[in-house]
Amino acid sequence: MFTILENRMIVPNIYLMTVQAPDVAKGALPGQFAIFRPEDDGERIPLTLADWDAQAGTVTVVYLTVGRSTAKLATLKAGQTLPTVVGPLGNPMEIDRFGSVLCVGGCYGIGSIYPIARALKEAGNTVVCVLEARSSFLLYWQEKLASVSDRLVYLTRDGTRGKRGHIGSLAEIIRTLPMRIDRVILNGCNYLMMRGSQETLPLKIKTMVTLNTLMIDGTGMCGVCRLTVNSETKFACVHGPHFDGHQVDWAEVTQRRKAYLAEEVIPLRTTRPL
Amino acid sequence: MEQPIKKGLDLNRRPMPKQPVEVRRHNFEEVALGYDARLAMEEASRCIQCKKPGCVEKCPVEVDIPGFIQAIADGDFERGVRILKAKNSLPSVCGRVCPQEEQCEGGCALLKKAGQIAIGRLERFLGDWEAAQPDFMLPQIAPPTGKRIAVVGGGPAGLTVAGDLVKLGHEVTIFEALHKMGGVLVYGIPEFRLPKRIVEREVEYLRRLGVKMVVDYVVGKTRTVDSLLEEFDAVFVGSGAGLPWFSEMPGNNLNGVYSANEYLTRFNLMRGYTFPMVPTPVKEHVRVAVIGGGNVAMDCARTALRMGAETTILYRRSREEMPARLEEIENAEEEGVIFRYLTLPIRCVGDERGWVKGLECIRMELGEPDASGRRSPVPVPGSEFFLPFDAVIHAIGNSPNPLIPQTTPGIEIGRKGNIVADPQTGKTTKPRVWAGGDVVTGTATVILAMGAGRRAARSIHEYLTNPSEW
Repeated sequence: MFTILENRMIVPNIYLMTVQAPDVAKGALPGQFAIFRPEDDGERIPLTLADWDAQAGTVTVVYLTVGRSTAKLATLKAGQTLPTVVGPLGNPMEIDRFGSVLCVGGCYGIGSIYPIARALKEAGNTVVCVLEARSSFLLYWQEKLASVSDRLVYLTRDGTRGKRGHIGSLAEIIRTLPMRIDRVILNGCNYLMMRGSQETLPLKIKTMVTLNTLMIDGTGMCGVCRLTVNSETKFACVHGPHFDGHQVDWAEVTQRRKAYLAEEVIPLRTTRPL
Repeated sequence: MEQPIKKGLDLNRRPMPKQPVEVRRHNFEEVALGYDARLAMEEASRCIQCKKPGCVEKCPVEVDIPGFIQAIADGDFERGVRILKAKNSLPSVCGRVCPQEEQCEGGCALLKKAGQIAIGRLERFLGDWEAAQPDFMLPQIAPPTGKRIAVVGGGPAGLTVAGDLVKLGHEVTIFEALHKMGGVLVYGIPEFRLPKRIVEREVEYLRRLGVKMVVDYVVGKTRTVDSLLEEFDAVFVGSGAGLPWFSEMPGNNLNGVYSANEYLTRFNLMRGYTFPMVPTPVKEHVRVAVIGGGNVAMDCARTALRMGAETTILYRRSREEMPARLEEIENAEEEGVIFRYLTLPIRCVGDERGWVKGLECIRMELGEPDASGRRSPVPVPGSEFFLPFDAVIHAIGNSPNPLIPQTTPGIEIGRKGNIVADPQTGKTTKPRVWAGGDVVTGTATVILAMGAGRRAARSIHEYLTNPSEW
């Protein structure tokens, strides 16, 4: 049993949860994920770690409510327990001294890009963070990200904060920066990572993405997380979840991710209210 | 105690009572209902108690089979349980899923007269009889040795190692990656063949023997084998199945295409057959294809059928070559699974939205026998044809789990990604580390994993009792 220390909505539909999970916190590295189960008989939900404290034995995740299981997760209060928090799973993001790195976060990816940016900064890189949202009211963790970046760029569709535009303006943002960008890291929804990778392809900047494919066990057994990278089938849980965004078959990833879109909400309509 | 039955050579194997086909194809309850005491005693009384029993020779875990059968015939079920459990900690499981026809029953003296004793059914009877008693009968446990063993993986291999070593007085902790103990017994084998409450009870028995169990703990990720070695005297790795194989053809990443592991895990571990009452989503499919001819293929097909789909097994050879147990093939046939033999899928065809809509197949004919002795299938040129399906399940096996091989320096890894271990002792090339089950052999059976566990436990015990000689 894993005790919840904090679980609250930080911007509409996006929640932040901190939970006591010492074994996960102890070995966690940037870009790894854990699997959460909100209830007995509950679904296994893979969530990228947004922060952790090995000393205190806690991990933090940022998640978006989409279907029945994330909705259930959102109802839980501090002091309640989760039957499963298992990890850290997947490979960590490659961290090295690359030079200048552009970290892009959107939606729940603003949370998960934070430990990556922090590690890159600690490794001696110049870190530029781009936070993308539909509107300023969907932004969070600005101070946290500011503390680990040399420059913070806001990008909102309605222009209520920073530059007006969306991920499709990424190439332009990179061009107007005063430094040469050596590597781009994209965290967020599928569309952000796909579109962002398209933007950096002509610029020939190595671009890493953190995929959020469907998973069940998350340990290399079920195979539902498979995708095509550079014409080869890979399994996101054991070969990823980080891949070169220029080599990912995005149409396939997008289509596979939608496989259970309809079923994810059926229990909300047909079973007891949460 | 029940009254014993009068003896005499009797070649009539007592049939297994089953749920009627028309009923069982609509539910997930167990198909085989099990012998009652009377049937069990009748069957047990047929045993001629060979001086040199062929059945024991062919049992991977060396159960005293004539001993427990005599106890049943005598109506002394408690003695039977004790004899059985001395060698097999999981009788209710083995009685259901062991391929007895290739093992104990294949060695029965009455086989020649087609009257071999139904050893598996009797084993199951004893296991279930004990489960119906108010409490477990716990065996003698040796005094504590102070030695500590970590077991990686709570499947059949790990459970066997743990049971054997804890009885010898060692302290055993099992680390299981999933949220339930049992490995393939809970994620893979369907409820209608092995009810999960039976696995739970066998696991509870081990817990009562003193085995410690930690679920949601991925050795290789949460903690490495090297780190375990700092705290434990020995480590046994039984981490089981890994990445699933897909038959080589285009279109395997279309939606609606599953590995058997995924399909079965959704329905068994995650209890998808009760969706939406449980939240892990499953699809309602209309026409399901299962590629493969083993027990796992039968499990997938019979699950799909129970979910209401017209279900077809595609197998590239003929019925005679199918590796599944005859009993499972017959169950599937009776329930209405369609079998298409000598059929090889060559392309998974998708619609414009990325969902599978069928399989392009080619007809095969049987040629010369291959290395396995089975006649190898050869495609018939120009015989391609299309079959419509909205789901395709690949049940053609998997590679060993990669997590431990990836994260354990100094352990020799074989060509197929398996851990290399001595077949007699389970010893790996890394000191104080043993391994067994699917992570060593690739896809195999529950009982073979248990046999590997038994041999590893013996070797670990020898090492722990006399480490200086190693």
